[in-house]
Amino acid sequence: MSSADSALPVPVGRPRTRASRRDLWRFLAKRLAAGVVLCIGITLVSFVLTQLVPGDPAAANLGNRAVEDPAAVAAFRAQYGLDKPLPVQYGVYLGKLVRGDLGESQQSHRTVKADLAEYIPATFELALFAIVLSLVVGVTLGVVAAVFRDRWPDQVLRVVSLAGVSMPTFWIALLAFFVFFYKLGWLPGGGRLGPALTPPPRTTGMFTVDAALAGQWSVLGSALEHLVLPGLVLATYTVGMLLRFTRASMLEILGNDYVRAARAKGLPERVVVVRHVLRPALISIITVAGLAFGSLLSGTVLVETIYSWPGLGQYAYTSAKNLDLPAIMGVSVVVAAVYIAINLLVDLLYGVIDPRIRLS
Amino acid sequence: MEPLLRVEDLRVDLPTRRGLRPAVDGLSFDVAEGEIVGIAGESGSGKTMTAMTLLGLLPHGARTSGSARFDGRELLSLPRRQLRDLRGRQIAMVSQDPSTALHPILPVGTQVTEHMRHHLGLSKSAARAEAVDLLATVRIPDPERALGAYPGQFSGGMRQRIAIAVALAARPRLLLADEPTTALDVTVQAGILRLLDRLRRERGLAVLVITHDLGVMSAVADRVAVMYAGRLAESGPRAEVLARPRHPYTRGLLDALPHPEAADDPARVALRPIPGSPPSLGEVPAGCPFHPRCAFAVPACATDRPEPLPVTAGHLLACPPDPLHRTGAAPADEEAPA
Repeated sequence: MSSADSALPVPVGRPRTRASRRDLWRFLAKRLAAGVVLCIGITLVSFVLTQLVPGDPAAANLGNRAVEDPAAVAAFRAQYGLDKPLPVQYGVYLGKLVRGDLGESQQSHRTVKADLAEYIPATFELALFAIVLSLVVGVTLGVVAAVFRDRWPDQVLRVVSLAGVSMPTFWIALLAFFVFFYKLGWLPGGGRLGPALTPPPRTTGMFTVDAALAGQWSVLGSALEHLVLPGLVLATYTVGMLLRFTRASMLEILGNDYVRAARAKGLPERVVVVRHVLRPALISIITVAGLAFGSLLSGTVLVETIYSWPGLGQYAYTSAKNLDLPAIMGVSVVVAAVYIAINLLVDLLYGVIDPRIRLS
Repeated sequence: MEPLLRVEDLRVDLPTRRGLRPAVDGLSFDVAEGEIVGIAGESGSGKTMTAMTLLGLLPHGARTSGSARFDGRELLSLPRRQLRDLRGRQIAMVSQDPSTALHPILPVGTQVTEHMRHHLGLSKSAARAEAVDLLATVRIPDPERALGAYPGQFSGGMRQRIAIAVALAARPRLLLADEPTTALDVTVQAGILRLLDRLRRERGLAVLVITHDLGVMSAVADRVAVMYAGRLAESGPRAEVLARPRHPYTRGLLDALPHPEAADDPARVALRPIPGSPPSLGEVPAGCPFHPRCAFAVPACATDRPEPLPVTAGHLLACPPDPLHRTGAAPADEEAPA
């Protein structure tokens, strides 16, 4: 064309080379280091908080009669190191933590690590089921609501999502229990497996996955059946939330010039909606989904109690009730680590979806 | 033979809070194959809505009347499905701001090839090869690599040329260029205009350039239509309309162009704005919509709606008093555009 054009800068596309891979590793290392610091900070906070709570672990664990026996109390305190000054107690805890030792639970008399290894997969399985269900249902319905903005499907879905986010979980849990287990008998009302079955050989601790890996189809069926009710109950809130969020971010993107440009190209509406609108909307959707998954993992107490699901929520609840310090700390560290991991995953997904983040 | 696009007495009513209001009212123009026609007017004069009408992308609840025939087919009554097949394939659009019209998170290659593959049924590799040619045509350096890059990695001028490549990808016959150079600096602007001119010569592409900038018009358009408040003020061959404007509004637009050389020439005024501002949607005055801002208005202008009438061959004027007929001294800038 003209000399004016040759003065324009050449595109500075950065292909995915060794250099950008090194950037990725540096990013991961930085985030992991920050995560470790954060975890230690969280142990300090939960340590201080448990000390501030009125109550005596010895009294909570030994029962009324033993508390009147000074020798028993002293023995208990010595066994768990409670007789030492607080900073020393914390130092000892940290020292063990670094070596992967989370201490011993005062109620189960097993290591906290063994307890967590048993309960975490159960909760993880439940939360994963709920979040996958929520993503599929919530995002799909959110897209439908946005596409049919202000027409009847949108009006109906608005009510549905409002109901989902505003009904208290314990109430939905009880209602679903009553209707689908007690009245209709369609689904089991509690536990992870039918009473006649033994758990599949342990690989991941998630019964559905382990059963599938071992080819035990009847066990898999029963595990799935037991997942449905608590999973659905947990998902009601996240479905409502993701629906609203998807709708809002879709509508925001639908107003952009580049969507009009996509329509002006004569592309089928389906392609416009999925490729040109949903894809950029996913960036904010996965942020919310990540947070939702974190809160599902740490907030299953009510649902686990009602459906007798032996998971982290129940464990955390009983530990807190008994002031079982090592167990409380163990749960806190695990939940913190999970949040950190989810945030990291979400940040990495941003880069997958949005080249602007990947390239900057 | 009928021209490629013939718009006759087009009226577009848009929904507002107070009901339907006309955004375009009684507009007529033709665009022939290989011709560049410019529609000029201030913002809000209905230029962009005209383009949206031709693409069938008006907002929900808009109503149209009159006629817009493309290649013998009536666009205003075409079924949605057929209109969609026409979009991109026959009639394509380049819009105002290249930084918002390209999708920020899709690779350039996808944006150039997706509708190419949809409309023309090309394979992935054939579409890619064609996209490389196309990007080379619009002078994007290293087109192979550009396919894998993202819009954010290009300068504004290059983005606009990529947007033009996207618009041309499915080999349309009519290009609607809505303010194609507004967001660009002058040297880049000239490059884009030369590109449009070359494409019409090489491919017989018909171009409808929508702009508020008469400088852009005078650089490329064969014929010009000037719109005010959704109506046609004046239209005709570029040299006619821009060299001897007959409508006071056209005159005003020409005077409003900056003349840097006026600093040395006391006979010229650097820039003379049109007093007042254009009416908003639904508040168009009765009679001639321009009369409240017009220095030549006579009482009849406030009551009688002026219809576009031929003054010379191909030159339409919607101003019965025609005050500039003899005094319409040649404007200063026929040669100073872009």
